[in-house]
Amino acid sequence: MRRLLRDMLLIRRFEERAGEQYALGKIGGFCHLYIGQEAVAVGTMAALRPDDYVMASYREHGQALARGMTARAVMAELFGKVTGCSRGKGGSMHLFDVERRFLGGHGIVGGHIPLATGVAFAIKYRGGDQVSVCFFGEAAVNNGAFHESLNMAALWKVPCIYICENNRYGMGTALERAAAVYDVAARSCSYDMPSETVDGMDVISVRDAVRRAGERARHDGTPTLLEVRTYRFMGHSMSDPIHGHYRTKDEVEQQKARDPLVTFRKELDQAGMLDEEAWQALEAEVADEVEDAVRFADESAEPDPSELTAHVYRDA
Amino acid sequence: MPVLTYRDALNQALREEMRRDDRVFLMGEEVGVYQGAYKVSRGLLEEFGPTRVVDTPITELGFAGIGAGAAMTGLIPVIEFMTWNFALLAIDQIVNSAAKMLYMSGGQVPMPIVFRGPGGAALQLAAQHSQSFEAFYANIPGLKVIAPGTPADAKGLLKSAIRDGNPVVFIEGEMLYNTKGEVPEGEYVVPIGKADVKREGGDVTIVSHAKSVALALKAADELARDGVNAEVVDLRTIRPLDVPAIADSVRKTHRCVVVEESWPFAGVGAQVVDDVQREAFDDLDAPVLRVSGADVPMPYNKHLEKLAKPDVAKVVAACRKVMYLD
Repeated sequence: MRRLLRDMLLIRRFEERAGEQYALGKIGGFCHLYIGQEAVAVGTMAALRPDDYVMASYREHGQALARGMTARAVMAELFGKVTGCSRGKGGSMHLFDVERRFLGGHGIVGGHIPLATGVAFAIKYRGGDQVSVCFFGEAAVNNGAFHESLNMAALWKVPCIYICENNRYGMGTALERAAAVYDVAARSCSYDMPSETVDGMDVISVRDAVRRAGERARHDGTPTLLEVRTYRFMGHSMSDPIHGHYRTKDEVEQQKARDPLVTFRKELDQAGMLDEEAWQALEAEVADEVEDAVRFADESAEPDPSELTAHVYRDA
Repeated sequence: MPVLTYRDALNQALREEMRRDDRVFLMGEEVGVYQGAYKVSRGLLEEFGPTRVVDTPITELGFAGIGAGAAMTGLIPVIEFMTWNFALLAIDQIVNSAAKMLYMSGGQVPMPIVFRGPGGAALQLAAQHSQSFEAFYANIPGLKVIAPGTPADAKGLLKSAIRDGNPVVFIEGEMLYNTKGEVPEGEYVVPIGKADVKREGGDVTIVSHAKSVALALKAADELARDGVNAEVVDLRTIRPLDVPAIADSVRKTHRCVVVEESWPFAGVGAQVVDDVQREAFDDLDAPVLRVSGADVPMPYNKHLEKLAKPDVAKVVAACRKVMYLD
């Protein structure tokens, strides 16, 4: 339990620092923060084994950290340094760590859903009992790649767990303005695939739902669609204000009352598992870790110019 | 040496590679039960079973991505497109996923995958079914692009493509499947990135690939009747382009014509001309000319279609022009 709380807190503090470093010009390009959605990544990873595979969209700092990638490697990647998890060549949207079977960060909405399905296909091909987990936002479910993938996954029974993080908005477009059917879980009916709607602000609910999906997948390859209802407390990316044209301040404040980190901390406190002193100790520990990551990223070397042409092709 | 069709040469390459390495599998529309839309995969389902010869729904984006995902774990998918025209639906997976995965993961994630199928115009298939996409894909760093023109090259290059470890776009000639030629048995690989001189000559270099190689050879025969000895260079691989081989030939002949079936704008020929003017500028006795498809969507009418395609007469005329014979 402490681990779950710690992972959520690490993501929160990491993302706060990432936002700050972006403002300072240390981080460039697009940067999509995960604040508000921590329970989804942390709950999911708690239900997985080290030999399972994970793939995510471009809002994936949280998934990377929850999967066990170090804050140093992720922050250094955001800084574009050679010590980053993708040698500074991927950036915020393309975090990779093959050792932890974290297969990216992908930048095209829906584009990685077939890839994760292919990983599941490969698991079945080899006769393994791992699962392939795919995170994407609710805006991806109107995309052909989503439907093509779910159809084949159900048809061939490959062990893929599709985790739709429904944070209500695809950039500035509410799901209700983009989808004729906005009950995402209901879409699984088209593919005769099990689905669940999950409270994404509750880390335990997420963990348990992914566990159930994992059991089905490991048992006979049955894929699952989970619609995890969550909310992003920040703008879509760094250029998008927290509230404005497409959502109100009231709405954001209302959602913040369901802050998954605050809620879970309270639950642990009430259960007598985490007093104020323990919380402060955790805060200090995480603050040190993030501070260390920022320092490491800042002090790390830029990639050598030779990196420009390395890794375009693999040598035969 | 056995004589095989281009189709059966490809089949032999697939069969041999699937026997050699059980990470290799074939996936696409109608590849299994139907035995392949062009029968390239005939008999493979029977030998390797449905796990390794996988029939898909008509979802090019989906199965191209599934192939790419499987490749990320080290399997070696051969993804068949019924034609490259349909692969436009999958271009996000080929360009955004396959071509970039190794690079954007900092060298961590492999992408050993072959995307293959027929390209180029056949007969009266009209605008959406008659396209040559070599130049499209050759524009993308991270991809290799192969377009063989003979059965032996088809076999040898497909085997190399499967073993390469990088994403390979392998464009077969729809009109070449029935053509025959000698094909070495068993282990026969043709290196990627090496052009081949299909006919030697000292007067003019005709650079070509895929179906245009046959056109170039016929044009060379015709030119020979007038005492002109054309050298025919078959690129075989478009990316990486064998610039030294092209330049060597041009240094010998001092004249060059580039033939291709696709559109002229930013085509393969444009790249060849760029390399030739840089590598062999002082050796040229005439501007390099190009013969390509017309700059139009392919018409259905057979007379119009003929006008839209390169033919022997156009190649001969271009060669005579660079030799100042007319």
